Formats: sequence, structure tokens, C-alpha cells
Amino acid sequence: MSILINQDTKLLCQGFTGKQGTFHSEQAIAYGTKLVGGVTPGKGGQTHLGLPVFNTMRDAVRATAANASVIYVPPAFAADSIMEAADAGIEVIVCITEGIPVLDMLKVKAALQANGAKLIGPNCPGVITPGECKIGIMPGVIHQKGKVGIVSRSGTLTYEAVHQTTQLGLGQSTCVGIGGDPIKGLDFIDCLEMFENDPQTEAIIMVGEIGGNREEAAAEYIRDHVAKPVAAYIAGQTAPKGKRMGHAGAIISGGSGLAADKIRALEAAGAIVAKSPADIGAAIAEAIKRNS
Amino acid sequence: MNLHEYQAKTLLRECGISTPRGIAVVSAEQAGAAADELGGDAWVVKAQIHAGGRGKAGGVRLVRSRQALLEAASDLLGKNLVTYQNAPDGQMVSRLLVEETLEISREIYLSLTVDRESERVVLVASGSGGMEIEEIAKTAPEKILREVCDPLWGLQDFQCRDLAFGLGLEGKQVGAFSALAKGLYRLFIASDLSMVEINPLVVTVDGSLVALDCKIGVDDNALYRRRVLAELRDASQDDPKEAAAREADLNYIALSGTIGCMVNGAGLAMATMDLIKLHGGMPANFLDVGGGATAETVAKAFKIILSDTHVKTILVNIFGGIMRCDIIAEGIITAVKEVGVSVPVVVRLEGTNVDLGRKMLQDSGLSIISADGLTDAAKRAVAAAQ
Repeated sequence: MSILINQDTKLLCQGFTGKQGTFHSEQAIAYGTKLVGGVTPGKGGQTHLGLPVFNTMRDAVRATAANASVIYVPPAFAADSIMEAADAGIEVIVCITEGIPVLDMLKVKAALQANGAKLIGPNCPGVITPGECKIGIMPGVIHQKGKVGIVSRSGTLTYEAVHQTTQLGLGQSTCVGIGGDPIKGLDFIDCLEMFENDPQTEAIIMVGEIGGNREEAAAEYIRDHVAKPVAAYIAGQTAPKGKRMGHAGAIISGGSGLAADKIRALEAAGAIVAKSPADIGAAIAEAIKRNS
Repeated sequence: MNLHEYQAKTLLRECGISTPRGIAVVSAEQAGAAADELGGDAWVVKAQIHAGGRGKAGGVRLVRSRQALLEAASDLLGKNLVTYQNAPDGQMVSRLLVEETLEISREIYLSLTVDRESERVVLVASGSGGMEIEEIAKTAPEKILREVCDPLWGLQDFQCRDLAFGLGLEGKQVGAFSALAKGLYRLFIASDLSMVEINPLVVTVDGSLVALDCKIGVDDNALYRRRVLAELRDASQDDPKEAAAREADLNYIALSGTIGCMVNGAGLAMATMDLIKLHGGMPANFLDVGGGATAETVAKAFKIILSDTHVKTILVNIFGGIMRCDIIAEGIITAVKEVGVSVPVVVRLEGTNVDLGRKMLQDSGLSIISADGLTDAAKRAVAAAQ
């Protein structure tokens, strides 16, 4: 088992014939992901990477019975692509695109609430179930099939957590990069719930950062609903107030969004919080030991 | 992207919201002419910078004669104004807003932002205007009124009336407030704003509602479709290193330490800053070179980091994903040769083709300190900076 995606997931790529779409589709195919085709409006009927290209998501889903999609289209068109995927009946939509206007995302979120599709991202590395299915831009080679579920707001910090758990021989069940935007699809709590219910996942790593208070909400959820061991890392302890640290969502405004508050909440909920990004692996190993 | 007050007020007037009559000027001479045109015998001179706290810092002055106005203008223009928000360096005052004075009976706080928790645009109001909202939240949280706007319906009349009565407005002011709030909401949506704050919104002695001060932030991600607003950018208000980084498509934030950081990924970049602090050093900057860093962007990043004279060492922390470590190593070697780096450079590489990347750095003959892991990198950088 795993969460969200597995060896049976049938994936479509939106923005398939573009530079990003092509490169990452090649990587996904090489990893063993069941990519069944893609969409580029106006190029329907062509073949790309040996797979069919469709004009619309409706056509693509009808022809392939795909249940997941990954979006590599530019920010101006990405919100529309998410809506198109949801309308076509896609269950898991992964949006890699960075820089979508926030008002577009408000509309998307309202539409998805009615539709029920799961959105991952935007502005994220994607999701991977090691050895089965890779959707996104993460390097497949650092992953190892195993027992740690990882959920993270940051791309490269996810890779750090993956690398460290691979080196310790723990491996990963599924890794979800939920993205760095303030308005996004799946959140920590959604992933924590799925990991808690997934038999393959034995422990959970949560990587957060400054901005908003979703880590605090996740801490409450962990305290009340998560029995599996949890380790966490929060980036941005030295970040200045009022400055956007790369991610649109990573900003301390007023007195809220501070790393210290998030760390305190997670520790109070029983999670082991790594002080250093180098110790994420050690923290989850300790959490597993303490729980056994 | 932030707008200046005078720009924000122009947008307010365009959607039917009253502001004091005012003229933006760039010289004392123009300030005098503006006062003549506005008439009256007292004016407010307001320094135009992208920071709050101007009043307490002496950037907003009430003047009661033409002579005092000229003196205030000469005093403010061409200097850096330091407020508690932009300390220690402050920001250059190259423009003033000269405004008429009003007789005020009360002050209201009003803002629109995108609320991350409800994932909606939220209107926030309080009868305690003139104070900062964080201050009101601390001292009188019960006085903060909120209305959540549905993305389909927008802000409704009944919501505006609820707010108006909640603020203690009466008579014609209720309708006037509704019109103002809805105008502000339309502006927010039509201009892709990330924040608009009118503080204070004043009720004058004759009962009209006037926006005495206004701050507007525009969603950077939407500037591609708000070309007119994008033109309003004043790069002089940004740290010059941050402005140069934006030109090069790099995410850079200047900080006050001595260890320059070059990292791929925003999360890892923040984590690297934390790691430096944890090992006793102070980061000089946040810098995310992004996922698709090339030798050219690496070189640009080095130049920007080195333009900060406080930098005593550079820490490069790269987790090569799709980006291969040998390509990064090549970029670093090219950059160090081209830019002529005079401070120690500590490099931590991890990920795809890491062995090849490390070997290239070793064989380059350049004085690059190769680190083994995150912790080792931070320790070596801190040691090198001392």
C-alpha cells in the first residue's frame, strides 16, 4: 500500500509537448510510471514520446481512463488546467507550476470543493510512491521503497528528508510535496490522515516552514488523531519578518507564522522536531525507537 | 510589489473613494506650487517610501505656513528615512505627497487581504483606526470585525451594512460605507491586489468618509496581466542587491550576517540560514538559485553575494535533483574564475552525479573547500568567516 498513487495509477501530462512536460515525462516513463498520454491543445492526434497527444482532457480521459494528471503549463494557464482536469474526472491532480496568481487559486479551490478531486500543489515537486509511480520533478534515484511517509512544503528539503531516510535504510512509503504557495490543494492534515490509515507507512516526517499556521493545525491533529511516530523540521527560524522567503507562502506577517511557534506546537503534540535539517533522519529514527 | 501612497490613492479615487486633495512632488519648489494650488493655510507633507511607521519617524509633517512647508520638503527630500519597519538602513525619499488638511471626527481601520485559513478574500475593519492592526489585535481583539467574501458572489451589501453598523456608523454614512467597501473589493479583484489597507479611513466633521492613508500590495504573480500596475514599480525602494537579483530571476533577501549563501530551493535556503546560526554564524542573505540553475545564474548569484561587503565567506549548498552535480560544479568553477572570488568558498554537493561533481571541484585547483554533508558545510563556513 501507499497513499494517493501506486503501480496502477494511470497518468496524463498537461503541457505534454512543452520543454518541461517532455523532460519530466521521459523521467517518469524511465522510472516506471504508467504515463498513458498527454494534452496539448492543437496537437491532438499526434504522438509524443510514443504516447497519444489529445486536444482536451475530456478526450484524453475518455480514451485512456486515466485517473491522475500532472500539470507543467505556464502560470497564466495553470488554474484553467487544474479545472479542466477536475472537470474531466481526474482524481489526483498534481500541479508543478510556480507563480499562479492567488486570486486564480481561490476560484480553483472553491471549484474543487464541489468536485472532490485531490489537488497537490501548485508550486510543488509532486508526489512519488518509490518503486511504483513518480509524478513530478523529484529525482527518482534518491528514493527507496520503505516505511516513512513524508509530507513537505519545500521541494529540496523533501529531497534531504528522502536522502536521509534512504541512508538509514528506512525508505519511504509515499512522499508528498504539498507546495510553497499560501493557497494550495492537499494540506498537512490531509496527508497525515492518509498516512495514519496506510498500512505501509510506519512513521511520518513533516517538513514545514514559516508563514501561516497550518503546522500548528497539523500539530493539533497529530495530538488527537495520529498514533504513528512523527518527526518534523521547520525551516526559517532565522528569517526576518515581513520578507517573502522565495515561496509565496513563506512570510512572517505581524506576529504570526513564526518558526518558534510551530516547533513549540509540534513538540507539545509529541513530535520530535529536528533542530537541524541534517538531523531529520535521526529524528524519525528516534521517534520510531521511542514508539516501539 | 508595493505601491506608494500617492499611487494607491490615485487607484482609490478611480474607484470612487474620496481621499484628501493632494499633489505628489519631487522638489521643494514643486511642493510650494502644490500648496498654492491646493490653497488653505495648513498642509500635510508626507514622505513617499515603501514602509510603515513614517509618522513616528518624522516622515509625515503638519505645516502651518508656506515657509514651514518648504523647510519640511527640503529636509525630507533626498535623504533616507528610517522607520522601525525598514531599520537600520531606511529608504530614499525622492517624492513627497502634499495634501490639504481635514477636520476629523473619528478614525476607522479597513483592509482587504487574502486569508490563508479560510482561503477567501477577507475584509477586516475596526473602529480603532490610526493604530496598527497588530496593535488592535493585541489590545482590543473584540473590536476587529471580519467579513469573508465568497469568490462567486463577492462582497454583499448585507455584509457591508453589518460592518457599518458594527463600526457605529449612522445615517447616510452606512450607505456611503457600503459603496466604499464594495468599490474597494472591486479594485482588489480587478487589480489582483494582495493587500489594501486604508488606515485611517476618517469620518470628517461634515460626515464624509475619506481615505487619509492607503497601502497597496499587488500580487507579484499577477503582474503579467496588470501591466499598468507593473509600471508603477519603484526599484529605488528595494535593496539594490535584491533589485539586481530580481533582474537575474533569483530570489535574494539581504540579511545582516557575514556568510553568503547560495542554495537551490527556497526551503533548503531557509534551512541553510538556520544551520549557519545553529553553528554560531550569521547568514548574510537568503538566496535561492532555483531548480534550473546554469553556470550563468551561478555566476550572477556570486556577483550579487559578493557585492555585499560584509560577506567573509560563501556557502554553496546544492541538492542536485534533476540538476546534476557535475553541471553545478562546472558553474561554480566558471563563476569563481570569472568573478574573481576573494573569500573562501565552502561547497556542499549532494544528489545526482555527486562524486563527479566533487572530483571536478577538487581537480579545479581553485581554493574551494569541499564539505561532507550539511553539518560539516555549516561548521566549515562558520570557521572560515571568523
